[in-house]
Amino acid sequence: MAEALLEIRGLGKNYGAVEALRGAELAVARGEFVCLLGASGCGKSTLLRIVAGFETPTAGVVSFRGQAVNGPGPSRGMVFQDYGLFPWLTVRENVGFGPRARGMGRAEVAEIADRFVAMVGLQRFALSYPHQLSGGMKQRVAIARVLANDAELVLMDEPFGALDAMTRERLQDELLGVWQAQGLTVMFVTHSVEEAIVLADRVVVLSPGPGRIVAEERVDLARPRDVASPEFNAVRRRLAGMLHSDHGVVAAA
Amino acid sequence: MSAAVSARPGPAWTRLRRLVGLVVPVALLLAWWLGTRGNAYSLIPSPGDVVLALQDLAVGHEDDAFSGRLLAHLGASVGRVYGAFLLAAVVALPLGLLIGRLRLARELLDPLLQVLRPIPVTAWLPLSMILFGLGAKSAFFLVALGAFFPILLNTIFAVRSVEPRLFEAAAMLGVSQTRMFPRVVLPASLPGIFTGLRLGLGFGWVVIVVGEMTGVQTGLGAMIMDARQLSRTDIVVAGMVVIGAAGFLSDLAVQTLGRRLLRWSPAHG
Repeated sequence: MAEALLEIRGLGKNYGAVEALRGAELAVARGEFVCLLGASGCGKSTLLRIVAGFETPTAGVVSFRGQAVNGPGPSRGMVFQDYGLFPWLTVRENVGFGPRARGMGRAEVAEIADRFVAMVGLQRFALSYPHQLSGGMKQRVAIARVLANDAELVLMDEPFGALDAMTRERLQDELLGVWQAQGLTVMFVTHSVEEAIVLADRVVVLSPGPGRIVAEERVDLARPRDVASPEFNAVRRRLAGMLHSDHGVVAAA
Repeated sequence: MSAAVSARPGPAWTRLRRLVGLVVPVALLLAWWLGTRGNAYSLIPSPGDVVLALQDLAVGHEDDAFSGRLLAHLGASVGRVYGAFLLAAVVALPLGLLIGRLRLARELLDPLLQVLRPIPVTAWLPLSMILFGLGAKSAFFLVALGAFFPILLNTIFAVRSVEPRLFEAAAMLGVSQTRMFPRVVLPASLPGIFTGLRLGLGFGWVVIVVGEMTGVQTGLGAMIMDARQLSRTDIVVAGMVVIGAAGFLSDLAVQTLGRRLLRWSPAHG
């Protein structure tokens, strides 16, 4: 394994009496695509939000490039399920928001924004406002916005969960393309077994009550992955078994 | 006609639909005209009387105290409404932003505001005449008070209802806590603030007659009060019509401005 970009040790988070996450241990290497897979309430989003710096852990540490995380920052970009775009800015301005916030010059911001708007194929909509876009286009803007800001680690919290199946598949393909081309490191939260296997180098399985990491599965299938192949189904069956082992059910997906 | 065209209402129908808002006013006008017809000495003027009064107010062929004075009255009221509105906005906007953003300011001022808010502007009239004397200052104060609360409350609400997600998005893109205000809070609350300004200006027009009961010489409210004492109900109604029209046009102007500035907002653009 290459040098760990992110290291999580003994991470726990309580909300009052509710234990959302307990004793999470995880290391993510530079360039790796990791999926956090689990049912709702398993703490996968909590884990991601702690890495982003939006939540402070009750126990344990997150270190990013050897430095303890204490608060959000541009090195760890987040893509939200509900997009979180700034409605008063155009597509182009949304993508240029980060560089501008960090004090880059006007010309430089424009150049960066144009480049990343083009990367997600939204040149024709550069001057549109978010409310004029479809869900898939909004999520492309959200991804471009994080990449334009040179995020080393891209955190994605069920980003395609609100999209229709066809748009979701297209965006999964596009995301893999960008990840490979740009050498990104991605942490991707999902509750879909199939989505996790399509995308990830490694799937981390979480379980609720209290939320904790219960298993890990390396996915060595060649990309693009065929969801109907026997190899894919074998992984799917194994992961589904881990997901449901809590309930004593060994289920095929 | 093709199916695509017939499925949608045609342009003639659309134009007709626009006139639908005139149906009730025309019916009321007709009822008014029928109810006052042939009753020459009634205190309720007929529509015709009001038109004549308006004409006399505007160009003054009859030579009484009201003849040809419309522009002076209108000008005084417009000046008062906009002046007082600006004063209200200058105080209410920063105060609203502060209360909306700072917990301490909210805890300090919110109880007081909640008690002051339900007191009608009319109730302030006697006190205002004592504090600011008879005349223009008092009128100005009352109109400003009328515009103040809609602007303040909408600004507070707008600032407080900025989506928390936008703060997270800005933070992870590198906006520091101290820069959140100009980069996120202000632009995100602009539509709500704008609604408050629009309501405040509308309230200014509502309050103008009460405001000008304080003994000012010119202004549409003053004119209506004078006409009332002389039982010139035709002038009273003419004054009401002018206030209605002025308030309507002023709102139309503000709305047009809003559409320009808030093109990004689905509710305004």
